[in-house]
Amino acid sequence: MQFDPVLAESDLILSGIWLTIWLSASAIVLGCSLAVLLVALRTLAGRWAGIVVDAYVELMRNTPFLIQLFMIFFGLPLLGIRMSGVEAALLTMTLNLGAYSTEIIRAGVESIHRSQFEAGVSLALSRRQVFQYVVLQPAFARVWPALSSQFVLMMLASSICSFISVQELSGAAAIVEQRTFRSFETYIIVTAVYLVMALSLKVFLLWLGRKLFPQVSGLSRLDAKAEAA
Amino acid sequence: MQTFGWPEAMFIFRAAGWTLLLTVISFAIGSIIGGAFAIMRLSRIKLVRNFAATYILVIQSIPVLMVLFMSYYGLSIIGIELPPFFAASASLAVYVSAYLAEIWRGSIESVPFQQWEASSSLAHSPAQTYRYVILPQAIRISLPPTVGFLVQLVKNTSIVSVVGFVELSRAGQLVNNATFQAFQVFSLVAVIYFAICFPLSRLSRHLEKVMNASRSH
Repeated sequence: MQFDPVLAESDLILSGIWLTIWLSASAIVLGCSLAVLLVALRTLAGRWAGIVVDAYVELMRNTPFLIQLFMIFFGLPLLGIRMSGVEAALLTMTLNLGAYSTEIIRAGVESIHRSQFEAGVSLALSRRQVFQYVVLQPAFARVWPALSSQFVLMMLASSICSFISVQELSGAAAIVEQRTFRSFETYIIVTAVYLVMALSLKVFLLWLGRKLFPQVSGLSRLDAKAEAA
Repeated sequence: MQTFGWPEAMFIFRAAGWTLLLTVISFAIGSIIGGAFAIMRLSRIKLVRNFAATYILVIQSIPVLMVLFMSYYGLSIIGIELPPFFAASASLAVYVSAYLAEIWRGSIESVPFQQWEASSSLAHSPAQTYRYVILPQAIRISLPPTVGFLVQLVKNTSIVSVVGFVELSRAGQLVNNATFQAFQVFSLVAVIYFAICFPLSRLSRHLEKVMNASRSH
């Protein structure tokens, strides 16, 4: 095995790493925002909005990411909407992660007890305030572990964007492989990089969860008390 | 230029059959390896336990695409040249094994430990304990997440074209390259995937409800 020719292309791999991080971070922020919007729509708006949101979620969850990517990259130009590979990748990742996060956050919202709504309303909070402070924040805190693993899965799935020649880490690997003819060595290195990135992301999300929701341990204690009573 | 008509649609439908076959075979192989890793993960010997835990963690922390590449090139480096279908199944089986191992480990662990004690007080050997006491209960618990994982597997078969196998997604790509009617082609492909995955998703959710109901009684 010869790693030198592959390491000589480290610039390409580094720019691939950077694009993977950028795509994943943007998709996480945008996808989460989309999910919060959809959950709010589903909870606060009428029945039809709920049906539309559910249909969207089921559609995205039951078709492969790759086909969604192809649909957006090859299909949308036929409607006159042109976009680069990176834009198509970001859009697909956002829509995909948005659907999964909607499902996860919805489960969190449904786990909030009815009495919490009523308590919020009786404190004269507005509907929006109740949703934001009484429902959404505790719901987020509860589903943060599930959400975190979905984020990691999305980061890993971003490798599929290399199918439309986006030069994120996997796309960069394909080019390095073509230049050096060292397939196994290239993929060993890139796989190791993915491993490090995924583990770092997991640790980071764990830390972020503790920072964002310091009350979560107290909350679950309260729940335990309520259940015991 | 070709247009998208019946022959092309039939080509895609036939490819859907390959997707199903690929799913079944990689699941079958993967479940054998995964079952072994699940039991190793719960072994009393620390080295075995750590080995299984590392395997699961590593496979779950790298993209499925890399699992495919690594097992494909890895196999060819040790001199095994498989036809595309078997290469694809073998590579997917590696991915399947890690996830099933983790799901099944959880299921086995969620069988109350008194069951182990009761079994050993009946002088069962560890193998007998697994066979007659633990597994029948663990399998019930593991059904919903296993079916749920099957949905992920069906969707992830879409990327095996990297090892040169033509299944549903690759067929869609080929037809699209010939007809340039991306919307029609990929809509059909998406509908077929949906028709496979949606019933499985519903089944998984249904099983979850049934199991929870039986537990609360």
